[in-house]
Amino acid sequence: MEFPEQYGKENIMKGIAASPGIAIGNAFLFTKIIPTIIERTLVLDEVETEISRLQTALFRSQKELKKILLFAEQKLGDRTKILEAQVMVLEDPILTATLFNRIRAELKNAEVIVSDEIQKYQTLMLGAHDEYMHERAHDMDDLKHRIIRNLQEQKLISKIESSSIIISHNLTSADTIILSRNNILAYVTESGGITSHAALFARSLNLPAVVGLKDITRKSQYGDTLIVDGYAGTVIINPSEKCINDYEIKRKAYKKHEEKLAGLRELPAETSDGKRVELAANIDNEEEIEFALLQGAEGVGLFRTENMLVGSDSLPTEEEQCNVYKKIAERLYPHKLVIRTFDVGGDKIAPNTIEEANPFLGWRGIRVSLDDLEVFLPQLRALLRASTRKNIYLLLPMVSSLEEVRAVKTILHKLKEEFHSTRTRFDKNLQLGIMIEVPSAVLLADELAKEVDFFSVGTNDLTQYLLAVDRGNPFVSNLFTEFHPAVLRALHQVISSAHKVGKWVSVCGAMASNAAATKLLVGLGFDSLSVEPTMLPEIKKIIRGISYKEARGIATTALQFTTAKEVEQYLNGVLKKEFPSIAEQRL
Amino acid sequence: MIEKEITIRNRAGMHTRPAASIVKLASKFKSEFMMYKDGMEINGKSIIGVMSLAAEQGATLFLRFTGDDEADAARELIDYFERGFDEPS
Repeated sequence: MEFPEQYGKENIMKGIAASPGIAIGNAFLFTKIIPTIIERTLVLDEVETEISRLQTALFRSQKELKKILLFAEQKLGDRTKILEAQVMVLEDPILTATLFNRIRAELKNAEVIVSDEIQKYQTLMLGAHDEYMHERAHDMDDLKHRIIRNLQEQKLISKIESSSIIISHNLTSADTIILSRNNILAYVTESGGITSHAALFARSLNLPAVVGLKDITRKSQYGDTLIVDGYAGTVIINPSEKCINDYEIKRKAYKKHEEKLAGLRELPAETSDGKRVELAANIDNEEEIEFALLQGAEGVGLFRTENMLVGSDSLPTEEEQCNVYKKIAERLYPHKLVIRTFDVGGDKIAPNTIEEANPFLGWRGIRVSLDDLEVFLPQLRALLRASTRKNIYLLLPMVSSLEEVRAVKTILHKLKEEFHSTRTRFDKNLQLGIMIEVPSAVLLADELAKEVDFFSVGTNDLTQYLLAVDRGNPFVSNLFTEFHPAVLRALHQVISSAHKVGKWVSVCGAMASNAAATKLLVGLGFDSLSVEPTMLPEIKKIIRGISYKEARGIATTALQFTTAKEVEQYLNGVLKKEFPSIAEQRL
Repeated sequence: MIEKEITIRNRAGMHTRPAASIVKLASKFKSEFMMYKDGMEINGKSIIGVMSLAAEQGATLFLRFTGDDEADAARELIDYFERGFDEPS
């Protein structure tokens, strides 16, 4: 059903679907007001008053920032480094002294001096080669305008009417916090991707959002009626009445569906004949925890720690990591937090020095960690120290041999001994698991199962390595399928090897989040599925809708096929029969 | 007066965190602490100044300490630089 097609294309804009939901409301164009500066020469008498005025403005700016920081920590658990830098600069005694002295010496008003002085530093920052410095220059813009705005005693933001849909070029963390105090229906931004602040924020508030919508600020005006479809990533400007009615119906239907799924949150992921499957979430950072829990996650089956390396200016210290791990573990308690150690290629750890012809078959995952103990040790230490609640599990990526596992165990043993002697507390029974994604690990599953406490199957990479297919390569990407018999047999073998010696197995790749695969995975015997948070309710619904007996039957049948096509057709049929609405969307 | 030429050692260079540490450390001492890079003169006790130096790994900086406790200041700060700000190189 393609509603937009019926209404003529000129009103419809397509962006990136950042947060699900449908909103119908009025556009509110949110623009950052850049204060205008009028230069004024001072008479000697006015100097001290002017300095006083600046002091007050600085003080107000400080208060504002500290309030925002506090709010950010509480609401979003955000590590707002940007705002912290601004607070530090406001408290810079050299800067403050320079500003006051310049007012005295140059006899100009504070706005001009502030603007000029901060601009000097911004020019230096912009002169640097890296992205990071350019961002800091933008932060200084923010700060500069904040001080000037306070000098001019302008209000931070005007009242936003309820049933407003915010349209903006961009939304920074500071903006979203201010806007959250008003009753807003949806967010639409020109820039940003699915992990942008507007997107994350909207998802945590359960509001629809569309980002990356070029020119929306030009094409839409204050007061325009808008339909925001956060599922499809479209925005319709000044829709016809028929269009509005149709979307109202769509909105109500989706709302009902979401509510039904939300009602599942408290119920366990259990088959009709009582087999319990652990349904956990995959997360990239601590900001995603709240949403995962909202969706009913029983813990985190995969915490991709390498995301702490992406976009940050440097490797996080042991202390910083420990704080993050501890915080998340505490929030998830008593459920599990499975932390996977940095799974990156060498190019991330040592940029500019690594060039591999075949990075996928190269220096990454556990190999990098074992070679670069400077990075690995702080992570292991942080993890151990954070494990005092006894719900943290350690997971190693890209394991291909027993030697790797034993090397890690040796390191852990030494660390534990050290902690023992320094009386540092940690979980003595910390469980160690490995990702099964390299084929050699599948073939050595029996031996590996004896060395570790659990397996987590990474179906994405496992499938690529097994089928020798790069799913990003357009020439062969159609050959990629997790439903290839080789993959199914590999899964079967891995589970069997683990269960033989009483170890548990999880699956965390995209296959786990694929509703078409759920019955199969349950039937194969996986103890745990770690899933993208948005899919949690649907997967749970499927698990609760079948018996383990039936699921086993499905797995047994699927394992007998010798081509991927047969497997897929079989599973399509199974899914369509019972969940036609989901089948329509997923297959 | 104590002067020293140093090179930035750590991978990430002099980003916000070490910049803040430098300023905090330097502010403990009474001595004046100035840094020079590419003809720029920056007061080492000013966070906005230190941040805008944007010194990356391998960059050369010139440090100058002037005052009664210059020996102590120099020792602690030079050591911090030479430790690569306690970050990976």
